[in-house]
Amino acid sequence: MLRKKDLLGLKDLTKEELEHILAHAGDMKEALISRETLDNLKGKCVATLFYENSTRTKNSFETAARMLGARTVSISVANSSVKKGESLIDTGKTLDALMTDVIVIRHSMAGAPALLARNVRSSVINAGDGMNEHPTQSLLDLFTMHEKFGTIKGLKVVMVGDIKHSRVARSNLWALGKLGAETVVVAPYTLIPSGIEELGCEVITDMEEAVAGANVVMGLRIQLERQKVGFFPSLSEYGAEFGITKERLLNSCPDALIMHPGPVNRGVEIESEVVDGENSLIYEQVTNGVAVRMAVMDFLAGGDK
Amino acid sequence: MSLLIKNGRIIDGSEYKADVFIDNGKIMRVGENLDVTADVVIDATDKLVMPGLVDMHCHLREPGFEHKETIAGGAEAAVAGGYTSVACMPNTNPPLDSAALVRYVSMRGREADLARVYPIGCITKGQKGEELAEMAKMKEAGIVAVSDDGHPVMNSGIMRNALEYAKTFNILVIDHTEDTSVSDGGVVNEGVNATIAGLRGINRAAEEIGIARDIVLAESLDARIHIAHVSTRGSVQLIREAKARDVKITCETCPHYFSATDEEILSYNTNAKINPPLREDADREAIIEGIKDGTIDVIATDHAPHSSGEKNVEFDLAPFGTVGLETALSLAYTYLVDSGEIDMPALVRLMSHTPARLLGLPVVHIKPGIMADIIVFDPDASRTVKASELHGNGKNCLYDGWMLKGGVDYTIVGGEIKYRGA
Repeated sequence: MLRKKDLLGLKDLTKEELEHILAHAGDMKEALISRETLDNLKGKCVATLFYENSTRTKNSFETAARMLGARTVSISVANSSVKKGESLIDTGKTLDALMTDVIVIRHSMAGAPALLARNVRSSVINAGDGMNEHPTQSLLDLFTMHEKFGTIKGLKVVMVGDIKHSRVARSNLWALGKLGAETVVVAPYTLIPSGIEELGCEVITDMEEAVAGANVVMGLRIQLERQKVGFFPSLSEYGAEFGITKERLLNSCPDALIMHPGPVNRGVEIESEVVDGENSLIYEQVTNGVAVRMAVMDFLAGGDK
Repeated sequence: MSLLIKNGRIIDGSEYKADVFIDNGKIMRVGENLDVTADVVIDATDKLVMPGLVDMHCHLREPGFEHKETIAGGAEAAVAGGYTSVACMPNTNPPLDSAALVRYVSMRGREADLARVYPIGCITKGQKGEELAEMAKMKEAGIVAVSDDGHPVMNSGIMRNALEYAKTFNILVIDHTEDTSVSDGGVVNEGVNATIAGLRGINRAAEEIGIARDIVLAESLDARIHIAHVSTRGSVQLIREAKARDVKITCETCPHYFSATDEEILSYNTNAKINPPLREDADREAIIEGIKDGTIDVIATDHAPHSSGEKNVEFDLAPFGTVGLETALSLAYTYLVDSGEIDMPALVRLMSHTPARLLGLPVVHIKPGIMADIIVFDPDASRTVKASELHGNGKNCLYDGWMLKGGVDYTIVGGEIKYRGA
């Protein structure tokens, strides 16, 4: 049973804890689909503290909190005292004083949720910190894979794109490794972080070779600003060499799952036809995101804990 | 005041047992069982009596950053660590780029009346890397070297002129080597631990490119250069090769580069955020090898005090640096001497004689007629470092909670006891 105060990253969780959350997310998804009202977080307050804009992640957390009967408070940096120079720790202590139970934080700097967690009474959920981790995104990816294949163990999961700057890739590598999947990362060397293979993945720079026999092919978002500092010459060349296309997927497993944390640059990371294809569960991932976030919040702050 | 240190083991080139009699600020007699009366007698049985340490690289923050540290506070930390002389870097506000500011810092050092404080001047005005600072005037005012520490001189043409101009007046140029187009906003060493923590890495090439450039400049101009805080295996190798060609290059490392690695950053401990960054084990071993074979000339502290508010923030936002004056000797003793890598006379060369010689300061030997800057060190002491109990204002200490061997019992500057250990 998970009895943690915070969820800062999947590198800190055991295999059993990961499996527990995924199982609980299954129950939550059923409740969500049947529009059942739950009261696991009744009387509790969940605050979203977003230092980076992300409408979809924020909405997903808020939907999940409300589904569990919690109040929600939203603090976005643009119209808060944070803009006036209030420190992260002071903001966190203020939220504590407002009787917040859970703080969901998104921050551009790695380790910011850990700093917050050390300094507040509330549970802290990392909703993405710099290049470090995005645990709930990874949990929803795992949940989606598990739903489709019935297991994670033994799957070959290929992640393509900006591995270097990707917190989603890191969280997935930690979790997939613990759950026994085989992992491959694909990108030009400029987008592969130093020593990544020590996290248990294989580094391959040839797309055809990488996706051979793959059960899951995940595209990661490529940001145009990386082009300006020389990580790759153009989106067009990136798409030509590393785009997930129907043709490139010929040697993957026939039922290979195509995933993307969104939002997708159609025609760059993934060919449009593949995004809308029957093996794409990119929109199913959104629903699953709410379910896993419900499961995580329930574990950290739900019921009689 | 006269002082008699009895029964200690003298460490100075060699080790031997003797008493030391000090009067009028100078060492008067050294010998076994001295028959003299003194105002104060120190029993140094089982203790080491050595020249006071000289730090050629620390930050005392005054003027301008007194919320981090003051010259008096830094000098207090210095004597508590066995340092009798410290040279402070000029990245103050305003930067030490004029004779008037240099005189101010020297005066504040004299007022503190603890360790001797020697200012280092800027290479360029305002540390902007554009126009040379008035080195000759600053030398008259008391600087012991020039450096733009913290702000590497990126323009190689300016650096070339700085080396030649400084050579005219026999001023040592200390370079913080870093190609900032390579380090590019990084906060930790580039490697697996940066990848695990999701922090931006600084490739070793940033430091090594700077060193390679300085070697080429020093060699082609036949000028002296001193490389600050060497941290990588490649840097040690570049300097080793340059020395073999008789390039006039010297260098220093710091205790954190032979005692710690970038594993310290995995917990986002901002006191482990240091520039150059903590590296990996292979680098740490190469630094020790460089110390042993003489490639590395000096152990300096890069003592960098900051206020707790500045360090208790997101890792990316925290300033670089750890304090080090009070732990350097114990770290060197624990990780180099006690572990059998070097002997005590070598430690004295690295932490006292060589830095003094490079800065043009008196080199202290335990001999009659020499100024009495002496420490009494207890090699059998051990302690757990508590950051909150350190002297001075800077408590940002990487070594908080570390168990270290060896402790300073007495620090004597100019024949006066300036620090007495517990």
